[in-house]
Amino acid sequence: MKAFLMHRDSDFELERELPANEQAVTQDLELNTLCSAMSAGDSFLFEVAKRALLLSLRDPHEIVYRQQVLTDCFANSSVVRDLYALAGEALKAEKSVWGSLLSDTPRPMLSTSVQKMELLVGFLRRLREMADERAGGFRSPGFTRFFAMLAEELDEPYFELVENQLKALKFKSGMLLSAQLGAGNKGRGYTLRRPREQGLLERVFDRSGHSFTVPDRDENGFRALGELEDRGVIWVANALSESVDHVKSFFVTLRVEIGFYVACLNLHERLAQKNGPMCLPVVRPTDELALAAEGLYDVCLALTLDQRVVGNDLAADDKSLVMITGANQGGKSTFLRSLGLAQLMAQCGMFAGAGSLCLNACDGLFTHYKREEDEAMESGKLDEELSRMSEIADHITANCVLLCNESFASTNEREGSQIARQVVTALLAERTKMVFVTHMFDLANSFYDQARDAALFLRAERGSEAARPFKLSEGKPLPTSYGEDSYRRIFRTSAGTTAASRPDVGQP
Amino acid sequence: MSATTSFRSILFDLDVDSPEEVHEPPFFADLHLDQILTSLSAGRAEYRLAPFFYWPLHEIEAVRYRHHVLRDLEHEDVLDAVREFARGMGQMRQHLTLVNKLHYARQKQRWFLAAAAVYCGAVAALLDRLAALALGSRGFVGLRDYLTSYTESPGFTSLLAETTQRRAELAAVTYAVHIKGNRVRVSSFDGEPDMSEEVEQTFAKFKRGGVKDHGVRFRESAEMNHVEAQILDLVAKLHPETFTKLDQYCARHRRYLDETIGRFDREIQFYLAYLEYIEPLKSNGLGFAYPRVSTRSKEEHADETFDLALARKLVDQSSSVVPNDFHLTGPERILVVSGPNNGGKTTFARMFGQLHYLASLGLPVPGSDARLFLPDQIFTHFEREEDIETLRGKFEDELFRIREILEQATGDGVLIMNESFGSTTLRDALVVGTAVMNQIVELDALCVFVTFVDELASMGQSTVSMMSTVVANDPAVRTYKVVRKPADGLAYAAAIAEKYRLTYEALRRRIAK
Repeated sequence: MKAFLMHRDSDFELERELPANEQAVTQDLELNTLCSAMSAGDSFLFEVAKRALLLSLRDPHEIVYRQQVLTDCFANSSVVRDLYALAGEALKAEKSVWGSLLSDTPRPMLSTSVQKMELLVGFLRRLREMADERAGGFRSPGFTRFFAMLAEELDEPYFELVENQLKALKFKSGMLLSAQLGAGNKGRGYTLRRPREQGLLERVFDRSGHSFTVPDRDENGFRALGELEDRGVIWVANALSESVDHVKSFFVTLRVEIGFYVACLNLHERLAQKNGPMCLPVVRPTDELALAAEGLYDVCLALTLDQRVVGNDLAADDKSLVMITGANQGGKSTFLRSLGLAQLMAQCGMFAGAGSLCLNACDGLFTHYKREEDEAMESGKLDEELSRMSEIADHITANCVLLCNESFASTNEREGSQIARQVVTALLAERTKMVFVTHMFDLANSFYDQARDAALFLRAERGSEAARPFKLSEGKPLPTSYGEDSYRRIFRTSAGTTAASRPDVGQP
Repeated sequence: MSATTSFRSILFDLDVDSPEEVHEPPFFADLHLDQILTSLSAGRAEYRLAPFFYWPLHEIEAVRYRHHVLRDLEHEDVLDAVREFARGMGQMRQHLTLVNKLHYARQKQRWFLAAAAVYCGAVAALLDRLAALALGSRGFVGLRDYLTSYTESPGFTSLLAETTQRRAELAAVTYAVHIKGNRVRVSSFDGEPDMSEEVEQTFAKFKRGGVKDHGVRFRESAEMNHVEAQILDLVAKLHPETFTKLDQYCARHRRYLDETIGRFDREIQFYLAYLEYIEPLKSNGLGFAYPRVSTRSKEEHADETFDLALARKLVDQSSSVVPNDFHLTGPERILVVSGPNNGGKTTFARMFGQLHYLASLGLPVPGSDARLFLPDQIFTHFEREEDIETLRGKFEDELFRIREILEQATGDGVLIMNESFGSTTLRDALVVGTAVMNQIVELDALCVFVTFVDELASMGQSTVSMMSTVVANDPAVRTYKVVRKPADGLAYAAAIAEKYRLTYEALRRRIAK
């Protein structure tokens, strides 16, 4: 019995290992801001949202599967929120049963498990009832299957069977065990048996076998009997407590998977308040080069700004390199982040912050940003940058996307360009899509001369303070007309770095 | 058990009883043989291996008998078969320990049955495996023949058949216990359904991988409590024939263990223990060789040999071992070792003694190739802990011990003299050393003589001078190589002075500044 609301045929694995670069991506794309909005104060949802974003889907069909479920959620948001609440309640109830201090000895463990299971079965009944009453408004393959499964698996005879078994495990008429003779003729293989139904007379006159009675004062004897009973129930105690875990993990998974959509609903509500346009993106396979958007904006910036954010249009289909040059504070980083967020949101089956968006899925999103906090350690900066790039190189493959923000700007332009040129050229040859924000004219211009067809060049223009962020426009790289001062500022003057001089912070 | 073959022992070719009442030879500690023995017999106390290691062989044939057995053991198949047999016998002894320890008769009987079963299995398996192998040694061929006739003997075949039957009967017993309150009823099992399975099936639909393992398990003790014993008695009442037969079986086969097989089980451990001890050294690329032994020729050599106890320590610490060579040709008898301290002189001396002793135990010795004299006795004289108070007494004590050695030693002995007179004046050491050396030359015994007295290294054609050495451009680093070269007590001093700029010229220049 599985929810299968996030994948057609498997659970969403919350525990799956995150990509190696998850910290860099989280930091560079400000995922925590996004996840906070999705969580709406529920720390569990924060975790779910973050993992869903980082554990990207690649197959466009899988993405569509989630988009359809999400569409159902928009139409039935109260049912979805109720399901999420029910799963949470079930887990809370299970947790409220305290095992005895001897919870790893079989008999107390069994009675704890019986109690827990009785509670969980109650919640299964409620789930079933909810399905019966409210499944009507759902259309997506995911939800249709989910509700049909509940109807089929959790029928009345099943509930009766479960309740009878739980009752039998209280052993009101004694315990029957079978055993063989093991090493040293000690009993071995104690197996709990269900006694045959006997009428009263039959039971009274049953003289088969031989009996003895442990005398009332024989404490050791009673301990020995107890141990025997422990041996008898050990397997059923294990089996039942495993079953409790299984039923529990059904609710856990349900809570995770429904939770993801609740988180999407939360974000959707927030952005709707800000009149940000949202769309379900069209996602192409990983081996196609697609990137086209209208009104693409940085969702994280939108969440922190009061005014409405301006989006950018972009037509970069068939381009494997987008190179962005131009003024600082010109919206380059914001644009880069809007691309990264759109990529992750699209690949987890969510809507994106854009009027329309079409992009190809990728096998991995990587970010290589200048690190402001490292400005103090002047000499090691290039080392640090190179080592991070080398880490990326350890993991990156074809059909990945790499976002570079002022990479290799920590050394002089000639060296930086030369290093960057080699990195970019090599990665392009390996079919990695790159978006490279740089102020290095030497670098940008050499690609403009050599690879104009495969690349798109965008320029940020410095505008007035009021209208941030700025629109980007297509255009060939210009010699560093604005860059010289920026270059110094970015890596040389840590003391002068204030919020106002950083293009990313975006306070109004 | 009477067998038609003459095999008695895997250690001794002739009809020798196992040595029992022997003591540790006096040179054991000096040569660190005690460390080797302690280490290789760890975990093997039950085999009482020490007497075998205190019992050197003096006949070339006896040495060869062991070499051949060891060559058979070089085949993984043979070694494996023997190890499996040893594991079986070990398990059997554990079972028998329980038979003695436990209280309830029906429990003792079942463990006794288990012991006999393991024994039958181990013996049969050993024969099975040996029968399929090409064996070269008289020892193993003799054992195989012995096992063949033993396993065909009526004693063994009836033991095996009855053991199998008794086990099958007991394994077939299944019973039911009903517990309600303090009342226990034991009856025949009637096929009632397994409740655990039912529960598992009911919840199977929720099953998924990766839940916490609740597998609570019991600590199993061999003991039985009185409730279990009562239940067992009632089970026996349900199956009277099975349990009567078990009684009779135990009485009939009380002494099932064959003496020769028991002896083999113990003696083979002599080889296994040594092979296990040298295994890490071999896998670190160190060589072991079967020495060609002689009781006549004192021309000797050993290539790439080393101190076994030290090597084992170094390999355990992942340090490297420095091998050394030596040879004695024609009239050469005495290796006089001098050179810088901590350069491996003592190790070299110890190694020389170990080589001869290990050779006379019939074991492979450290080195890629060796030819060794089989000595009648080994004597060591190692300097004892220095004690200023009794310096004079000590010198006399040393002389006394050396005299004793020289009185006992014959020309067929091996003498290890390590820094004798090391704590006396050069003059005394030279005078007394020369005198002692002359006696050893006279004796014609093989000898290593470690000394700081250069003159002792050139006392005629029977002495060979060897020196411990240092790295040429960093004299503080010892190579632990001991090589044939004329003694030169000043070489090291000059080198080390150079390094610390304390040579004459260097000191002049430094002081002048």
